[in-house]
Amino acid sequence: MSIDPYALTVNGREHEISEGWPGESLLWVLRERLGLPGSKNACEEGECGSCSVRLDGEIVCSCLVLAASAVGQEITTVEGIAPDGTLSDVQQAFVDAGAVQCGFCTPGLVMAIDVLLDSDTDPDDLTVREAISGNLCRCTGYGRVIEAVNLAAAFRRGETDL
Amino acid sequence: MSGTRTTDRTGVAPRTGGPGIGESVPRPDGVPKVTGSFAFSSDLWHDRMLWGGTLRSPHPSARIVSVDIGAAVTITGVHAVLLHDDVPGSKAYGLEHSDQQVLAGEVVRHEGEPVAIVAADHPETVRRALDAIVVEYEVVDPLTDPAAAETAPPIHPDGNLIRRIHLRHGDQQVVGEVQVEGTYEVGMQDQAFLGPESGMAIPVEGGGVDLYIATQWLHADRDQVAACLGLRPERVRLTLAGVGGAFGAREDLSMHVHLCMLAMHTGRPVKMVYSREESFHGHVHRHPARMWYRHHADRDGTLVRVEASLLLDGGAYASSSSAVIANATCFAAGPYRVPSADIEGVVVRTNNPPCGAMRGFGAVQTCFAHEAQMDLLAGALGMDPVELRLRNVLATGDRLVTGQAITGTAPGAEVIRTCVDHPSAASIAEDPMALPGGAGRTADPAHVVRGEALAVGFKNLMFSEGFDDYSSAACRLADGVATITCACAEVGQGFVTLVQQIAHEVLGVQEVVLEPASTETIGSAGSTSASRQTWMSGGAVQKACEEVRVRLLARVADEHGVELDGLVLVDGLVASLTGDLRVDLVSATSDPIHAEVEFRHAPTFPLDEDGQGDAHVSFAFSAHRAIVDVDVGLGLVKVVELTTSQDVGRVLNPVQVVGQLEGGAAQGVGLAVMEEVQLSDGRIRNASFTDYLVPTALDMPPVEIAALIEQPEPGAPFGAKGVGEPPSITSTAAVAAAIRAATGLALPRVPVRPSDIVFGGGAA
Repeated sequence: MSIDPYALTVNGREHEISEGWPGESLLWVLRERLGLPGSKNACEEGECGSCSVRLDGEIVCSCLVLAASAVGQEITTVEGIAPDGTLSDVQQAFVDAGAVQCGFCTPGLVMAIDVLLDSDTDPDDLTVREAISGNLCRCTGYGRVIEAVNLAAAFRRGETDL
Repeated sequence: MSGTRTTDRTGVAPRTGGPGIGESVPRPDGVPKVTGSFAFSSDLWHDRMLWGGTLRSPHPSARIVSVDIGAAVTITGVHAVLLHDDVPGSKAYGLEHSDQQVLAGEVVRHEGEPVAIVAADHPETVRRALDAIVVEYEVVDPLTDPAAAETAPPIHPDGNLIRRIHLRHGDQQVVGEVQVEGTYEVGMQDQAFLGPESGMAIPVEGGGVDLYIATQWLHADRDQVAACLGLRPERVRLTLAGVGGAFGAREDLSMHVHLCMLAMHTGRPVKMVYSREESFHGHVHRHPARMWYRHHADRDGTLVRVEASLLLDGGAYASSSSAVIANATCFAAGPYRVPSADIEGVVVRTNNPPCGAMRGFGAVQTCFAHEAQMDLLAGALGMDPVELRLRNVLATGDRLVTGQAITGTAPGAEVIRTCVDHPSAASIAEDPMALPGGAGRTADPAHVVRGEALAVGFKNLMFSEGFDDYSSAACRLADGVATITCACAEVGQGFVTLVQQIAHEVLGVQEVVLEPASTETIGSAGSTSASRQTWMSGGAVQKACEEVRVRLLARVADEHGVELDGLVLVDGLVASLTGDLRVDLVSATSDPIHAEVEFRHAPTFPLDEDGQGDAHVSFAFSAHRAIVDVDVGLGLVKVVELTTSQDVGRVLNPVQVVGQLEGGAAQGVGLAVMEEVQLSDGRIRNASFTDYLVPTALDMPPVEIAALIEQPEPGAPFGAKGVGEPPSITSTAAVAAAIRAATGLALPRVPVRPSDIVFGGGAA
């Protein structure tokens, strides 16, 4: 039931996928074939945002994207937003603000907030809540997450260090 | 009270000042969790691993006539198809009673009950094999009404009554001058953790098995799994795999035995991951409840008697129903002095999905009811509802309706006063996004009314009713590094952070290593539930570290010929008070010091036939004030603000406490206005995040923390009470009460549905 090999560009590196089943989602291929489990499998029906990745810069639920359809697009996962051994500003803000509990929703939230702050470094509260409303979190009640957004936004505005 | 400290919100700094107790120390697993490198149970991978899957009953009640696996086993890539008869040991398991089938034999008792399991080379092959299994069912009318359970034919050899407690307290003849009566309902809530059930079993040469699994209690799982596999417990080794939230849903076994059976049968590692839909069928839910109450009071507002009749639907299997109904019954009257009570608590078996533990178990349901009653009583008395609560609220020395006197701290009045005195920051919504209905811009501002209300509650901490509740921990201090071993399940709550803080506080060490939680390396830590691990496993780690500290000081005293009581451990040095001896920790522990301990809380006792007895250890109080906007034409609710005060004993890590208060409140908001497992003839109708709604960032208001009441609790490590459950208990009741205040409706049921508001919601 496999299809012809195809190549995906993930975090700047090209990966060949061989012996794939045509129905495999991008989330599945990232997690199970490419050893990139940072994108999470909480609902696999596009409701929770835990699997969020950037596809040519746009945020998508990777569970809803067929892997073989992402050929030729730049795929960025949570593993690829900061050089190895370092944290991005949003990741550092999550640690500092106490926005991590179980952590299962965290990679998806980090991606969503990264996208938000790329276009708006001074979002108001409702803008922040709207931007992360596609990401379910069951532990935090979102309070510390929003605090993390505020920390990272202030950093991007050059007002604070992280 | 002396020793009381009230921490206002400004004391909650996002950044840490130091590594010890009372600081917002960052989580040691925070960095791997933000980079995606933290290994959750669904991230496990092994060479030659197979994928497992489960065939589940489509019927809530049926006899199994036949199962044909012939077509399934011939599919290329399928390595095993196993059934009831393949379960090697005990065919049943359970937390309190072994009444739940590993795989269904002659009958299925709820929709989603596992019937067959498969191992194959790819999840898609697993799905095809499951489709190819032919099960012939003889469908039976399901028992779905809990009120009919006790008179219906038994659906299980153990009968349909799981537990009845008839609590009678005080003078049974007393009657109040003012009486109010109501009947309340709570729907079935799902824990909806984000990380689905998942794990991996690896066969061990010689007949054992290693299981990597997300759970709340490794040792209880180990014993149940071993019994079902027909193995001695030491042949089954469980290691905690990364847990994506729990909230009670991981107290019971799910795939554990299935994975081990498949791994041992195929001789290969087997991984299984539930889909979200399967997860709704694969774990227990919060018990739905029907609760009748009559409150009696004097005209001055003094409570004189509470009568209540509580009926909880346990679903098909017992799970932790006994403990849930005990909590519901013991705390049915709420955090108030009630000299006379007659409370009957009953939990029954039905063909609905099994119910068990969820954050605040038992106390969540009754808090919704007793707080509605208190507001009703205030109305009947013409009294301010806050004043009524303050008049009756429990304090140290008062007795519960179980007859037990509270010997520890009980700052009920303080949580109420600080919560209601906290100024509200809520403004009137101008952006339509902030109105009820949100981004749909559905609400008409002319139809939006605002309501505000308070709810108060309390709950026991740790296990009750005479259970031998303990945790084990070991500390090894070598070359100045403390290595802690404890089987406490980290499910997101931050125990891993507390270990660092406690070891630093007791030993002054800068480097603390926490070994993986496993059944192999240490005894049981008990369950990560009932708000118990900060106290129990925190207490065990503290005790182990203190034991090491004592031995360290004795060693230095002995080696240097000085008096033991002249030595102190400070800043990584063992020093004499005279200042002439200074030995650094690294050199003092080149020969390691090791201590292993068990830590127990004060003993508790069973309830007697009248529901009386010292059954509980300690209690935590909380209050929430909710402000809501309601579009009365559309029945839509926007929770505008929550304000809370909580009795925490002592804050060990401020930011982690805040995280518990905010997160618990979100689950309470969900139960108040949106979360319900919808059942139809015993079938779950909304097993997805499309249809089972949990609060998003747009649904959640800011949670204002008015006060963390710090009255150190005797017997608790550093005086700290568990903080996880109270936020879920009072938030639901407060939001429901605020909707009542806005609409004037009785609203005796949560979640409050739009139709309840538009069409009146029935009378209380």
